[in-house]
Amino acid sequence: MYSQKVMEHFRNPHNMGEIEGADGVGTVGNPVCGDMMTIYIKVKENRLEDIKFKTFGCGAAIATSSMITELAKGKTLEEAIKITRKDVAEALEGLPPVKMHCSNLAADALRAAIEDYHEKKKGEKK
Amino acid sequence: MSTTKRIYLDHTAGKPIDPRVIDAMLPYMTVAYGNPASLHSFGQEPREAMEEARAIIADLINAEKKESVIFTSGATESNNMAIKGVANRNIDRGKHAITSSIEHMSVINAFKFLKTKGFEVTFIPVDKYGIVKLESLENELTEKTTIVSIMYANGEIGTIQPIKEISEIVHKKNASLHVDATVANGQVPVDVRREGIDLLTLSSNDMYGPKGIGALYIKEGTRMEPLIHGGGQERGLRSGTENLPGIVGFGKAAELAKTEMQLEGERQIRLRDRLIRGLLDSTRYSFLNGHPNKRLPDNAAVRFNFIEGEAMLLSLDMMGVAASSGSACTTKTLEPSHVLLATGLKHEEAHGSLLFTLGKQNTEEDINYVINVMPGIVKRLRAMSPLTPKELTE
Repeated sequence: MYSQKVMEHFRNPHNMGEIEGADGVGTVGNPVCGDMMTIYIKVKENRLEDIKFKTFGCGAAIATSSMITELAKGKTLEEAIKITRKDVAEALEGLPPVKMHCSNLAADALRAAIEDYHEKKKGEKK
Repeated sequence: MSTTKRIYLDHTAGKPIDPRVIDAMLPYMTVAYGNPASLHSFGQEPREAMEEARAIIADLINAEKKESVIFTSGATESNNMAIKGVANRNIDRGKHAITSSIEHMSVINAFKFLKTKGFEVTFIPVDKYGIVKLESLENELTEKTTIVSIMYANGEIGTIQPIKEISEIVHKKNASLHVDATVANGQVPVDVRREGIDLLTLSSNDMYGPKGIGALYIKEGTRMEPLIHGGGQERGLRSGTENLPGIVGFGKAAELAKTEMQLEGERQIRLRDRLIRGLLDSTRYSFLNGHPNKRLPDNAAVRFNFIEGEAMLLSLDMMGVAASSGSACTTKTLEPSHVLLATGLKHEEAHGSLLFTLGKQNTEEDINYVINVMPGIVKRLRAMSPLTPKELTE
């Protein structure tokens, strides 16, 4: 059902965990739907210096979380925010059609984390 | 993490065919291939074999006579035939039909279909163990109710219903009681006369017989009409040339079930309880689904909080273990199992469900292996989950 790549990331997820004192945190989904993920980012000179995830969900949810941290790490915020669900799915060599919507939330979570970072910065300036 | 071990614990999804059943079937594909409807000698042996199988199946459920057993293509057809057949034939008496909220989809969707045809349909709730609320059944039954369909036991949570009590309630109002015994038959004794069952669904594969063959027991005098019209086979109730190899295999499977059910059931109950205890004792925030003892011998249904079922299934599969889950990610509808929700579980609890169903080939070693690998799988997934309380990850 899943591609080799999805299973690789499910078996050995990259960047799993939390970042203490993260610069931005984004959570999407909810446990009622069966998928929920939180992305933590550390930003240095407008780049994603570190990124970690925590995910409740199926194999696809875990693999997409792992993959987005790989795709985003080291990128500028402008580059990172452009990463789409489709990019994540393609990097995983495809997802089953039914998983494209429900479990492919990682790009949204990253965007939420970056928005949270911008919000926090605005707060600091005031 | 690859492994050569392969342990099958998903027997409700599909079972192997007993080799003795295959031996019994083979001649009816190669030598005795005639049509039982034919007058000549080629038709005679298949006809006799078919009637012998019918008699064995009738005996397994203690039917009053073998002619009450009608062969079908499987449990889905039997369920559809019973429900629609009785409902449609008795419109003159009323258009109300009752079932429970934890039935198999072939029952639930047959009832939903009746609803689109103008029938009034009532779904009876269950308690937290999955047992049908009898007072609710009693309250909903009216003179217009013609068919009540309640399963003997549920495959997802293992809970066995009090069929005799249900039958007494149903018959006070002169409705017919259909019982879907698909997963129960061959595991626990079912007695249509003692338990007061008017129609009973049986499946062959659930008794280690071939797939694609099932039966419907119809008590003599039950007013119903066929689902499939044609050449008038099966007393006109189910047309179509009989699936002879399937019928013979089904008969052999029923014969074996009758003689081996009790010992095998006792053995499975020991393994089941060992598995349940082993899983629940080794991991916190883990729970049993279904009833603690009114449950099928093969059924170990549990749930683990803070993690999701499909991720557990994949993890188990990596360790060579095949199981099942009622999580939304494992259903076609993307909704968690209607059975688990009906027992009052929250969505997130249902997502964390895991179902092991045992079979004749499972050994104590298999069970020990699962008990050993499961805590590590739960721990790993909980470490990833944002829902896991801090106390569990430290």
